[in-house]
Amino acid sequence: MMDVVRTVLQEANIKYLSCGAGVLHVDGAALFEALQLLRDHPQTDFTQMMDLCGVDYPSRRPRFDVVYQLLSLRFNTRLTVVVSVEEEIAVPSITKLYPCAAWFERECYDMFGLVFEGHEDLRRILTDYDFEGFPLRRDFPLSGFTQVRYDDLTRQVIKEPVSLDQDYRAFEAQSPWRGVAAVQKRGAS
Amino acid sequence: MSAPSDPFVLNLGPQHPAAHGVLRLILEMDGEIVSRADPHIGFLHRGTEKLIEHKTYMQALPYFDRLDYVAPMASEHCFSLAVEKLLKLQIPPRAQVIRVLFAEITRLLNHLFAVTTSALDLGAITPTLWGFEQREKLMAFSERVSGARMHANYIRPGGVAKDLPEGLLDDIWDFAHDFPAFVDDLETLLTENRIFKQRTVDIGMIDLQTALAWGLSGPMLRASGAAWDLRKSQPYDGYETYDFDIPVGKTGDCYARYLVRIAEMRQSARIIKQCVMRMPQGPFMVDDYKVALPPRQLLETSMEALIHHFKLASEGYHVPQGAAYTAVEAPKGEFGIYLIADGSNKPYRCKIRAPSFAHLQILPLLAQDHMLADVVAILGSLDIVFGEIDR
Repeated sequence: MMDVVRTVLQEANIKYLSCGAGVLHVDGAALFEALQLLRDHPQTDFTQMMDLCGVDYPSRRPRFDVVYQLLSLRFNTRLTVVVSVEEEIAVPSITKLYPCAAWFERECYDMFGLVFEGHEDLRRILTDYDFEGFPLRRDFPLSGFTQVRYDDLTRQVIKEPVSLDQDYRAFEAQSPWRGVAAVQKRGAS
Repeated sequence: MSAPSDPFVLNLGPQHPAAHGVLRLILEMDGEIVSRADPHIGFLHRGTEKLIEHKTYMQALPYFDRLDYVAPMASEHCFSLAVEKLLKLQIPPRAQVIRVLFAEITRLLNHLFAVTTSALDLGAITPTLWGFEQREKLMAFSERVSGARMHANYIRPGGVAKDLPEGLLDDIWDFAHDFPAFVDDLETLLTENRIFKQRTVDIGMIDLQTALAWGLSGPMLRASGAAWDLRKSQPYDGYETYDFDIPVGKTGDCYARYLVRIAEMRQSARIIKQCVMRMPQGPFMVDDYKVALPPRQLLETSMEALIHHFKLASEGYHVPQGAAYTAVEAPKGEFGIYLIADGSNKPYRCKIRAPSFAHLQILPLLAQDHMLADVVAILGSLDIVFGEIDR
């Protein structure tokens, strides 16, 4: 299937970064055209977009990946399409191609703060109504920044900075033991 | 002629029994006709994906029971397959058959819930009472095998957690033998029921093109005419060796979705019987103690086993670097996991593709120009669970 994808893209003169083992890397600028071609071309026929998700690599440039999972019912194949983007660069929205992408893009915006250009209704979807921050970024702490509770005195739900009775302990659980060879080496030196 | 006025806005939920969970639905009404629907979701958001990034693979598994709590083992199954794919692990035949057995029991759990509660939304209370009686029997099987009725934590990477207790297969066989007769009984209540048909036939129609474009899967897609089932097309855990049929609907309305689910229950009973018939002897978990916990009795005599147990329970196993998308045919549709491993003992990213998320998204399209009461019928036929929508 990957050979077919490669030929189809080359024939239409659409540039891609890499293509192999079920994964296709494209540039953000070429994403819309590539997906449109892969959806409509009779040899690929990826009629369904099953999943869209963001991935954060804080130490990498560009920092984010947006990953699309395509499915072709006719050929019974799947294709993963990956676009790497920087935080402030907008990703082209594919809601015109796959209407189901609307909520998936909203979720990606909600969780990672990535903006999808051409999305008609890019609101937060899973987090609270006035939530701030992007929780699935790697630099967002697990316990968050704020907590809400019902306040009896003011008779309303109030938001305050998160306070933990016990600090969150990240159990690395990685063994410090490096094996016999390391001890012998230390003994020798 | 009167001037156009603001639409009447109706707020359904977030606490409403017909919303099947914590759905807040903003409906703009024109009389009793819905002119626009805007579902607000996220009231049950627990940050599952974030939590999983901070847990070892073994600790992450119980979160999957809490996604689709109507059919808990289906999500576990997908995560186990995803981890096994990255570990390149081959699981023993007995574990595969046990998994298929419980995947189908889970499907019955789900469809019994979906069919009967959607009937309840339309005013029929008896199907729910009957269906939940059967669900209790199935959850008892789950309890006998794992210790928990719902949150089983049973299907694990490498196999299943425990072997089947004595006598369970006989009881499952008896259940599967009697179950088709129960489905017949259930059908006498609904299938030709005049009120039920008036409420569901030609309501919430989805044609095949729309279903594909909106990413529908499972019974939702099959009711619209696509003969597509991952158990047949991309089989896992030996599904290709079982004899069963894929029911396909013709009309794509709420009634077709009901019929597809009823037919699938009969097929699941068939698969369950085949599982019981062929259940092979042998191990139920891989014997690689770098991944699977050693048996309890070994801990008392073997120092090696104790070390393995301690290392697995504290540090867990390391999954080699890689990324993979794994999908199973969950009762509600395609349940997928995109798992990225960075070589450490924790997943780097675990994206959960929940079928209900895609299915609820089509609600505004379906509800438009329908009566308010039809929204409830459509919502019931979508078969959504908020545990997996909100994650």
